[in-house]
Amino acid sequence: MNPEERHIFSVMVENRFGVLARVAGLFSGRGFNIDSLNVAETHDKGISHITLVTHGDAQIIEQIYQHLNRLIDVIEVTDLSTGTHVERELVLIKIATDDPQKRTEILQVAEVFRGRVIDMKPTTLVLEITGDEGKLKAAIDIFNTYGILELARTGKVAMLRGSEKQ
Amino acid sequence: MELSGAQILIDGLKREGVEYIFGVNGGAAMPIFDALYSETDVKLIPMRHEQGASHAADGYARATGNVGVVLATSGPGATNLVTGIATAYMDSIPMVAITGQVFTHYIGSDAFQECDVIGVTRPICKHSYLIKSSDEIADVVAEAFHIAKTGKPGPVIIDIAKDAQMREALFQYPETVDIRGYKPQVHGDPEQIAKAAALIKEAKRPMLYAGGGVVLANASEELRKFTLNTQIPITVTLMGLGAFPETHPLAMEMPGMHGSCCANYAFTDSDLVVAIGARFDDRVTGDLGKFAPNAKKIHIDIDASCIGKNVPVDVPIVGDAKSVLTELNKQVGPADIDPWRAQIQEWKQKYPFEYEQKGDNVMPQYVTEQIYKHFSDAIVVADVGQHQMWAAQYFKFTEPRQWLNSGGLGTMGFSLPAAIGAQLGCPDKTVVNINGDGSYIMTIQELVPAISMKLPLKVFIINNMYLGMVRQWQELFHGKRYSAVDYHDNPDFALLAEAFGATGIRVEHPDDVEPALEKAKGINDGPVVIDFIVDEEENVFPMVPAGAGLGDVIRGLS
Repeated sequence: MNPEERHIFSVMVENRFGVLARVAGLFSGRGFNIDSLNVAETHDKGISHITLVTHGDAQIIEQIYQHLNRLIDVIEVTDLSTGTHVERELVLIKIATDDPQKRTEILQVAEVFRGRVIDMKPTTLVLEITGDEGKLKAAIDIFNTYGILELARTGKVAMLRGSEKQ
Repeated sequence: MELSGAQILIDGLKREGVEYIFGVNGGAAMPIFDALYSETDVKLIPMRHEQGASHAADGYARATGNVGVVLATSGPGATNLVTGIATAYMDSIPMVAITGQVFTHYIGSDAFQECDVIGVTRPICKHSYLIKSSDEIADVVAEAFHIAKTGKPGPVIIDIAKDAQMREALFQYPETVDIRGYKPQVHGDPEQIAKAAALIKEAKRPMLYAGGGVVLANASEELRKFTLNTQIPITVTLMGLGAFPETHPLAMEMPGMHGSCCANYAFTDSDLVVAIGARFDDRVTGDLGKFAPNAKKIHIDIDASCIGKNVPVDVPIVGDAKSVLTELNKQVGPADIDPWRAQIQEWKQKYPFEYEQKGDNVMPQYVTEQIYKHFSDAIVVADVGQHQMWAAQYFKFTEPRQWLNSGGLGTMGFSLPAAIGAQLGCPDKTVVNINGDGSYIMTIQELVPAISMKLPLKVFIINNMYLGMVRQWQELFHGKRYSAVDYHDNPDFALLAEAFGATGIRVEHPDDVEPALEKAKGINDGPVVIDFIVDEEENVFPMVPAGAGLGDVIRGLS
């Protein structure tokens, strides 16, 4: 078995119903895993951008690339892992803040990660943190020691740097 | 001009040059069938089951190279198409399947005869469309045909809500189709082609391995030129039979599980395999670890995802077989490989397809040989099982589209309806349907439309009273535990044919085989069914057992 690698695919697709099902079906039908998935409309209303993180050996990654390309509704596929790219993910973390001492501490930690408080109630607060995978993992690990009530992440979004052609 | 959605659909089909639509009527497709009622350019062929209709459209497409069209209603009509669509998908057959859908305001409500056909067929079609408004129909039809027949062909589904069929819209058929996400690569990369030509020149034990892609690309002529130019021995797969004449000295015949020993030994010893429109299917390669271990591989395929999927490839060439072979033909000459050709000839002579006559039994291989003798120019439509392998082995195909079978999905029941499609598409050809007793009864109802249309089909049943291929595996690998394969309770197919209204002949003795075939030749006002009662436990050899390497082929006879 060849070594497995994580790859980030940037996939431009027609903004139509059923497209996501075709992309997802390609993975489920072959037993490939999707680690993270983000889909949203772009500045061009006719096009959606999918950022998809997956893993597999070189042959599986090649198959994923080719099969994505084969879908009629897929306009362009880029394996971002082959070029220099930027990536970000946003996470919302809800934490219990039943005592004021703890709340202060959490806010200090949030500072370290440049987190923003976007909701505060007497016993809970919600933080928004943006970053790459390593930063989010570090943040989640720390906040976990305070007791995370709820967590939601966007999944990775990514693109090539500079003028490298998408 | 404002037309109903159904009429727009039919006019679109006319623009695409559609001759026939195979279908079964039903509630959600009634407006389309109604529009076809007074239609003369596009002929509606009513079949008895949607599966049969789909195979008929498929058979028409395989025989002619045109897009086959099938029409069914929503729900069960659509789900009955699934096997036919999957069959076409696996063999890359251009097809457009049109299904009626419930009214748009009922979609998603579990309405009567509602089924999410787009969802059900997503993994088995090249593309699909759900139409909820009549003004989408013209564009979708144009796109669907473009997608079905270009690149690697395949089935496209158009699901049309009943109200979209009924409401009127302006008929404006697009002159051209441009889909930004779909640009099939036709021409191979010149650098890669040059690399391939260089490898071919160096090779000492090269072989050509051509598949169904050559037939689909109408590249048989280019393949012949290439083979004759290079004088390299060639094996043609089950899906490509006829692309190169099997009667030619360079032909090694079919490779793989039930292929010729010669082709399988050639793979094992070869130093260069040139794959053209073939996909290294498991039934061809056997154990991948032992497949062509000493050979470099050149792989020409229109579908990039097919290259390197099963076997690592040294020179991949993405492109259409016709275009790539045309380029290659400019760069290659006769290969200096006399010792290798001599080796191939030795294998060919030493290990032909052969069988033993058992007493007075009608041997299935004998029947197949006689069918070849009496109908060598016919289009042969085979079903799936032992008879299919015998037909592939003993019938020597010389022309592309002369041999039609469900090679990829292996769909039993394919052949009788597919033969109907082939006969309609090629009215001047004789169409022979070689069937099994198990597969024949799966779509036997399609004898009815064949009789109604007076199609002169020759239906030859190789009847061993068993699901023969499964029985063979049970004999060899399951200790002769013949579970669910005993078909001795089948009806008398000759009598049954007569009851349907066709000519039925039963043959139980070897001496009666040729007279029966001669008689069949003379009956041209409708189908003739010959039920050949053959040796019950004859096996298909040679055989490469599942999981074994091609070099470990069991020849069968000592």
